[in-house]
Formats: sequence, C-alpha cells, structure tokens
Amino acid sequence: MDALVKLRIKQVLKGDQNAFGEVVELYKDKVFQLCFRMLGNRHEAEDIAQEAFVRAYVNIRSFNIDLKFSTWLYRIATNLCIDRMRKKKPSVYLDAEVAGTDGLDMYSQLASDIPLPEDELETLELQETIQAQIIKLPEKYRSVIVLKYIEELSLKEISDILDLPIGTVKTRIHRGREALRNQLRHL
Amino acid sequence: MKCPNEAIEYMHEYLDEEISEENKELLKKHLQECEDCRNYFHELKKAIALVQSTSHIAAPADFTARVMANLPEENKKVKAKRWFRNHPFLTAAAMFFVLMSGTVLSTWNQDQQFSFSKQPSLVVENGTVIVPKGKTVEGDIVVRNGDIKVEGRVKGNVTVINGKQYMASAGNVTGEIEEVDQLFEWLWYNIKGTGKEVLDINENEEKK
Ligand SMILES: [Zn+2]
Repeated sequence: MDALVKLRIKQVLKGDQNAFGEVVELYKDKVFQLCFRMLGNRHEAEDIAQEAFVRAYVNIRSFNIDLKFSTWLYRIATNLCIDRMRKKKPSVYLDAEVAGTDGLDMYSQLASDIPLPEDELETLELQETIQAQIIKLPEKYRSVIVLKYIEELSLKEISDILDLPIGTVKTRIHRGREALRNQLRHL
Repeated sequence: MKCPNEAIEYMHEYLDEEISEENKELLKKHLQECEDCRNYFHELKKAIALVQSTSHIAAPADFTARVMANLPEENKKVKAKRWFRNHPFLTAAAMFFVLMSGTVLSTWNQDQQFSFSKQPSLVVENGTVIVPKGKTVEGDIVVRNGDIKVEGRVKGNVTVINGKQYMASAGNVTGEIEEVDQLFEWLWYNIKGTGKEVLDINENEEKK
C-alpha cells in the first residue's frame, strides 16, 4: 500500500491530477470516518474531509515523500476538525440533527440502503449512544481516543499527527479512557 | 480494603500494552483480591470495546468525484507538458514548424547573454537583478541568464529564464512568477504565443 501511494504521489507531483483520484479512493473512508467521529455530523464530516483532500493536493509539494502519507493526511484532517470544533459550541450539532429528523438520526440514515432486521435497530441505538458519548469528550481527549481506538493508530503516529510528545498523548488517552468509563459504564 | 495507589496506573499501562511483567503480576494479584478495582478495570475495558464497536462507516459514493471537481485547475504548463509527452510525434512536428520559422533558435543563441527588462529602480549586482526594499516596480520583469531577488514589490509578472528567483516574502509579486530554465521550457515559453492555437485545440481534444 505504501509503495503504491508513493508511486501515485510522484505522479501527482509531476502534475498528473488523475493519480490523486486514486489516492483519494484509498483514504476516503478513513478520513471521512475520522471527521465523522470527531464532529458527529455527517454533512460537516463530509465537508471537512473534502477540504482535507483538497488541501493535501494543493500542498502536496510540502509533503516529504520519505514519510508516511497517511500521517500527513490525517494531520491535515485532524487540524481541520479541531478548528471546526473550536468554532462551535460542543454537543449542539448532535442534538440539532436528532431533532431535525423524525426520530431516525444519522445512524439509521447511514445504513438506510441496507435492509435492517429488527434486532439490529437496537445495535444502531447503542451505536448512537456511544457516538454521542465520544462527542461529549473535550476536544483534546476526543482526538486521541478517535485516533487510537477508531483509526487504530500507534502512539507514535498519534504523536506525529497531533504534533505532541508521546507522553502527552499517553496522558490524554488515559484521561479520555477515564472519562469514557464514567460515561459508558451504565450501558 | 487497601488499594495501592498505583492500581489504576497499572491498569492504564496494561491497556497501553506497556506494563512490565512485574507490575502485571502485582495488578493481577490485586484484582483477585479487590472487587472494586476489578469492576473499575472491567468498566475501562468495556468503554474501549464499546468505542471500538462503532461500526465502520464509509464515505458517500460521490466523494472522490466531488474532491476531484474541487481541485484547482491544473497548471497550464503542466497540462501542456503532459500533452507533449503523450503526443511526441505531434510535438516534434509542432517544434519543427516553430524552429523552421527561424526566430526561436536564433533568439535562443542570442539569448545566452545576461539581460533583463529595463525598469526604473532595478539594481544589478553580480548578475542578479534586485528589486530593492521599499521600491515598487510597475510592470513585468523578464530576466535572462541571471537571477532576480525581490526585496521590494512587483506589480506584474516575474519570469526568469536560466536563473532563479528569490523572494523576501510571498505576495511581493502581484502577477505570476515563473522560472524557465531548460531549453524545452524555454521553447514552450516562446511558442506559447505562436503555438497558442495549437494548444487550445489540444485541450479541446483532451476533453473528448
Ligand atoms: Zn483495589
């Protein structure tokens, strides 16, 4: 995968815009997922994920080809999410979205193209609750928790993405876990 | 019940997969004895499992197409270069006509000397054209076989043929900044005018 990505990026650097399309294909789900878990709103997540890819393209010359592209890309996306989060009041958007739809919120919408057996509705409800709890986390804990447990990245990668020392990342993960324990233990 | 202060710390070390064998034993032992800590540990692990269980969601179907539609337009030069690469025969033919017209090759030979657009307030030092600090040049600057250093401002395009441009900071030049440093690029720069129609036809062709 890394070798393929490097090849595509070299083509992009030579001016081949189409090669960038393949890079987007490779990472779109991960970047979208990251934005969605950070922001809790599908439309906003898509906007930010789109912007992350456009910025990556525009700034591709500043990417060091010897480093891991995903780290660089996640860094752009994470920073955009954090910016967006700082500009908003926490947890408003989730409620707004739930209120704006007839009881079916983002999860059911996401899955609407797949027919749902009855007992899966319960799973969906649980997933909503968990997502709502992730969104409740303060921004600095939320980003490390999402990167660690949803994107499944190593402490080193998280430290590179957030530009924080590993020790700080660890402390934040611990605090984030403590907060989640508190919020989720009654489920 | 007496819990060691480190009990929770050990739990996190365990969850980070960074616990020493020694601490692991201590934690294990304490968990066997202490129900509170056992519950606590269970709740931590449950929280993680729940977060991990949130199903993976996919980007919308038209995601990539939308990104591609939002990318800035490809640089004209890059587009032309790619076209040249993909159509070597036509390129050679086009070059032939351009060269046959005679002007390009003879100007290439003439152009080996250092020269630059005469603009007031430009200073020259050792083959480097300098836009001094605090000065503004109104109009385009072309430098051949030399470098340019922009410390002031340029209200126009800066083109450097066979040289480099140095900018004190971005935004000092209102127009386009271009370095043309190879015969090929130089040729393209020259046929941009004469060959403009050819390139336009090519672009239309590419869209088909
Ligand atoms: Zn205990």
